[in-house]
Amino acid sequence: MVTVTPTAGVPTGPTPVARRRPGGRSLLRLLILVVIVAVVLYPLIWMVGTSVKSQEEIVNNIGLLPERFTPGNYTAGWSNFDVSFGRFFLNSAMVSLLTVVGNGISCLLAAYAFARLRFRLRGMWFAVMIGTLLLPSHVLIVPQYILFRTLGLVGGDWPYLPLLIPQFLATEAFFVFLMVQFMRGVPRELDEAARIDGAGPYGIFRHVILPLSRPALVTTAIFSFIWTWNDFFRQLVFLSQLEDYTVPVALTLFIDSTSQSAVGPMFAMSVLSLLPVFLFFVAFQRMLVEGINTSGIKG
Amino acid sequence: MALTTAPDPTRPDPGSVRVRADRRGPGRVRHSEGLAGYVFLSPWLIGLMGVTAIPMLLSLYLSFTNYDILTPFSEVQWVGLANYERMFTADPSYWHAVRVTLTFALIAVPLKLAAALGVALLLNRAWRGVGLFRGLFYLPSLLGGSVALAIVWVNMFNRDGAFNSLLSLFGIEGRPWVNDPDWALETLMVLAIWQFGAPMVIFLAGLKQVPTELYEAASVDGAGRFRRFRNVTLPMLSPVIFFNLVLETINGFQGFTAAFVLSNGTGGPVDSTLMYTLNLYITGFTDLEMGYASAMAWVFLLAIAVITAILFSTGRFWVHYSDGEDR
Repeated sequence: MVTVTPTAGVPTGPTPVARRRPGGRSLLRLLILVVIVAVVLYPLIWMVGTSVKSQEEIVNNIGLLPERFTPGNYTAGWSNFDVSFGRFFLNSAMVSLLTVVGNGISCLLAAYAFARLRFRLRGMWFAVMIGTLLLPSHVLIVPQYILFRTLGLVGGDWPYLPLLIPQFLATEAFFVFLMVQFMRGVPRELDEAARIDGAGPYGIFRHVILPLSRPALVTTAIFSFIWTWNDFFRQLVFLSQLEDYTVPVALTLFIDSTSQSAVGPMFAMSVLSLLPVFLFFVAFQRMLVEGINTSGIKG
Repeated sequence: MALTTAPDPTRPDPGSVRVRADRRGPGRVRHSEGLAGYVFLSPWLIGLMGVTAIPMLLSLYLSFTNYDILTPFSEVQWVGLANYERMFTADPSYWHAVRVTLTFALIAVPLKLAAALGVALLLNRAWRGVGLFRGLFYLPSLLGGSVALAIVWVNMFNRDGAFNSLLSLFGIEGRPWVNDPDWALETLMVLAIWQFGAPMVIFLAGLKQVPTELYEAASVDGAGRFRRFRNVTLPMLSPVIFFNLVLETINGFQGFTAAFVLSNGTGGPVDSTLMYTLNLYITGFTDLEMGYASAMAWVFLLAIAVITAILFSTGRFWVHYSDGEDR
């Protein structure tokens, strides 16, 4: 049991012990941090370096960077299978973007109800929503698969429905929760003002909450995109035809063909597949980091 | 979005405002709001029923049957507790998967949190460059769960991988780590620890909340670096540590992608990376024993619930809430 007793009742003296030695200590700190950065970034740099190495260099050159820049892996990887990676990227982009739309709309609607409207059983439904936050998707995958298959949606005309239907029904409780937390920060006076102007629940939603929720919507959109883009489990289960594959599922095809010659192309496509996420990171770094913060801590 | 087009004049002409306001008694407002509540909630409610609740009940039912996807529903046979009996008494690979998962979580989660806290402490000073470091450390958390990164990881710890090249610089002879049953799981642990950025960011936010007066007061009392850490930082940070612990433990039990990629979906070498979720996937979607897989899913759910409950009950003894409510 750790407590803060040593500080209890002690008046904070006017002279806080000034033991700032900016030189040595912070230099050491910086040095340690640089070493950690190197360790953290090493795999990523190695990945990019290997993706532009020739087959011979991949085996023999243990350095991070190639001696001769060989972009051929990218063209080889792009058309390594019967279906080109362009198709896989299109499929992934479509699933990810539609997920963004679905999550944005459905989670915003649910969050508005939870954050602002009074209705019967609201507390109970909210508790249920929080409960589903921690529900692992692996638990539901078997019955969901059976259900969607019974409905003829698995491997149907448009095989992405099993992936997308849940996203249009606000099943990502994390985003509902994030938006509820955000809306609680919107001053209620604005609702009142709109109500006096004659706005009902729908009008308040459209003219007050919707425009003011843009930051929460953007955070949701970014995380939805990245998580769906990276997601593997559900896409592996629900997609069975090569031409329907998304990028992560297609990448696993490289593992099947274990021949050494595939390493370069495999790395090239891996780099390409991480590129969108990386660009998002560069563009929205601050927002991503802070999004994790606000959503995480306030719970 | 047909919902927002419901008949509701949101911008009435000024003359009618008073009249409308008069017409709405408090009871009326509440009634229409109650209806609106369910209108806005309806997508979520449909999702809760169709995508969550009904599948859960279906899976509970299936866990008492021998259902495989191939036979029609009418011929499904009720087998009672046979699936659960098999799981607990007659399926060594099930217990193996439990062991692998527990080992993974018990080692990787504390190390990941320790790394996150350690780096957060190093960064917890206002100086230029913090933002850059914070961002760089966070990057693996964004990329790390992907198939692409798992592929890179597996190759890095392969026989000719970067890790062995690094070792050879120091004259140490490496081994094909990912093909070695004694080491394959460890490489996955390192991958998990490498993604310490997300909990680190949360720790950093928590550290900012610790009032500096507490440190100053502790210094006045003669507390050194270590004592200030132990008696100020740790207790003040304990709610955040707890939050991260719960989150990362639950995540730790669900590792799938990296294990799938490393073993090409088999859990190898020699079942050393047979995580629970991977075992569940193989049972349900490779062996098509969906009844048995449903039973596994339910036990998994209960196990996670129990472990979370245990964490919460131990939290009473070490989590300190500074608002005075020691829960």
